[in-house]
Amino acid sequence: MATLQAPDPLARDAQAQPVIRVEDLHKYYDLGETKVHALRGVTVQIMPGEFVAIMGASGSGKSTFMNLLGCLDKPTSGRYFLNGEDVSGLTKHELARIRNQRIGFVFQGFNLLARTTALENTELPTLYAKIGRTERERRAKEALAMVGLANREDHFPSQLSGGQQQRVAIARALVNKPSLLLADEPTGNLDSRTSVEVMDIFQKLNDQGLTIILVTHEHDVAQFAKRQIVFRDGLVKFDEPIKERELASKVLEWMPKLED
Amino acid sequence: MDFMSTLRLALRALARNKMRSGLTMLGIIIGVGAVIAMVGIGQGSAQQIQQQIANMGSNLLMVMSGSVNRGGLRMGFGATKTLVYEDMQAVLRECPSVAAAAPGVMTSSQVVFGADNWATRIIGTEPQYFEIRSWPLQSGVYFDQEQVVQNMNVAVIGETVRKNLFGATDPLGQTIRIKNQPFTVVGVLQPKGASAGMGDDQDDQVFVPYTTHQKKLTGETWLRFLVVSAVSLQSSTSAQREIEGLLRERHRIRQGQDDDFFVRNMKDIADQQAQVSEVMTTLLASIASVSLLVGGIGIMNIMLVSVTERTREIGIRIALGATEEDVQRQFLIEAFVLSVIGGAIGILFGLGASWLISTRFNWPVLVSPTSILVAALFSMAIGIFFGYYPARKASRLDPIEALRYE
Repeated sequence: MATLQAPDPLARDAQAQPVIRVEDLHKYYDLGETKVHALRGVTVQIMPGEFVAIMGASGSGKSTFMNLLGCLDKPTSGRYFLNGEDVSGLTKHELARIRNQRIGFVFQGFNLLARTTALENTELPTLYAKIGRTERERRAKEALAMVGLANREDHFPSQLSGGQQQRVAIARALVNKPSLLLADEPTGNLDSRTSVEVMDIFQKLNDQGLTIILVTHEHDVAQFAKRQIVFRDGLVKFDEPIKERELASKVLEWMPKLED
Repeated sequence: MDFMSTLRLALRALARNKMRSGLTMLGIIIGVGAVIAMVGIGQGSAQQIQQQIANMGSNLLMVMSGSVNRGGLRMGFGATKTLVYEDMQAVLRECPSVAAAAPGVMTSSQVVFGADNWATRIIGTEPQYFEIRSWPLQSGVYFDQEQVVQNMNVAVIGETVRKNLFGATDPLGQTIRIKNQPFTVVGVLQPKGASAGMGDDQDDQVFVPYTTHQKKLTGETWLRFLVVSAVSLQSSTSAQREIEGLLRERHRIRQGQDDDFFVRNMKDIADQQAQVSEVMTTLLASIASVSLLVGGIGIMNIMLVSVTERTREIGIRIALGATEEDVQRQFLIEAFVLSVIGGAIGILFGLGASWLISTRFNWPVLVSPTSILVAALFSMAIGIFFGYYPARKASRLDPIEALRYE
């Protein structure tokens, strides 16, 4: 795999600059009659090169937290610094740019565009960056090669297995060379071996310096990360390193191969 | 996102639902086609009317001897005997806006040539008549003033009369009989077609000197009408006033009494007809526009369905960095492409329909480049107008909700 990140002087000096710093993050949802207090003051700091698993039951606030980290939503109060820049007060337009440039998204349901080839799916974020056509295609091909799908460029999602689709989604997340990869239940729709394969890709990307934040409710999956943050009732309940970290490449060695 | 990529995206999205896109376009195709054909019909008939008016003669006025009220019984036009040749001379002498005038008497009669005969209208007049009416000959000569003075039996015939009496025979120099009087045919007029306003066949007439007509055919001493040309189109209204004033005076018509004559100003008729055809064009165009409007609503409807169907796609795009403007532009261009392609096909359809109408039904249809241009611009405007709301709706979607949408 090629090196993923463009040399970023800030990111290289891990001590100097956290990728993510949130301070006292609150989020209310106003549902007419009732008000839901989804986040009740979350303060977290994530340094470059970390691999964080965010866990918690449904309703714990972890999804809300992810949406805020992904700049898909704005906090009701509190501050959010992404690469040192305060993004909590940015306009929708500026947030779109941040999502496009700095964050790679991997969703649970893959969320690939149907009837659109793997290559074009991968290219999607580059369409919204100011990049020329040939450069867009070059980057998309490079990203697909990184996830081992160079020979599947012209396949449609319906012609790919779940694992392959998720790899296309990962390639798409990487195509704009983000400083942060956000994965929301990336293994939720996959069988156990394929899940581990996806985690293997994440670990390798992380080894190359990519910061990854992973939302999951599966303990097994969280064991591949380096740090876990557990949410409950809109607050961080635990925030601790993973003690016995699993290596996906090792796990794959003794896992039985499923027949296609 | 650059324009070309957006355009490619739009074309692909439309190609994905060919049936649906086609049906949506059909609304615009019919709308634009109908507008072009209808405006074409309106403009064609306006042009035809203008030609007819121009055909009547330059700056033409008709003075007709008028109705008379006899003990409550109102007789029709031409019933009075008060309009005389001296009136015409006075008009020529005393009305400054009048350039030329010719007298007119009229009767209907059977015209006989050899074994053939034909019922037609016999007009008695002077040579200036043809000049005032700008009516050229196709062969022969007009009768001249000398022949008028000498009550000669000479005739100039219209095309319809020639066709019916002579067929393939050359009419020049032949003798025809009108009310048992022999007339020598000296000229044949070029066809002029139906008259504007009245619609009768102007070629179905025989012209003879008015003196001959009065003395040998009817025995009348008065005139039925005068044809007058004003010095210019603008002065035709003042010519009308002058003639009216003069004739009232000459006929000793007191204040408050009805005229015993009637002046028709061809400019008024032209204006009137132009107004009628304008109303007709507007009416046709607005009916056709309704179908264009319905087509536009069809686009809006389909775009709304499309936005709902593609909620998830929109969510993905927004999450991956599409701005509101990007999403809005994507759907706007889709609607725009629909309406522009529909508009282009509609223009062809309209041209085809116009062609069919003009060849099949022999209607005058005039498709001007302006109406094509307007139709093209209008269809673009429809795409933008009716695409705006769905596109706006798409761009305002909450990505979190949209990604969760099944």
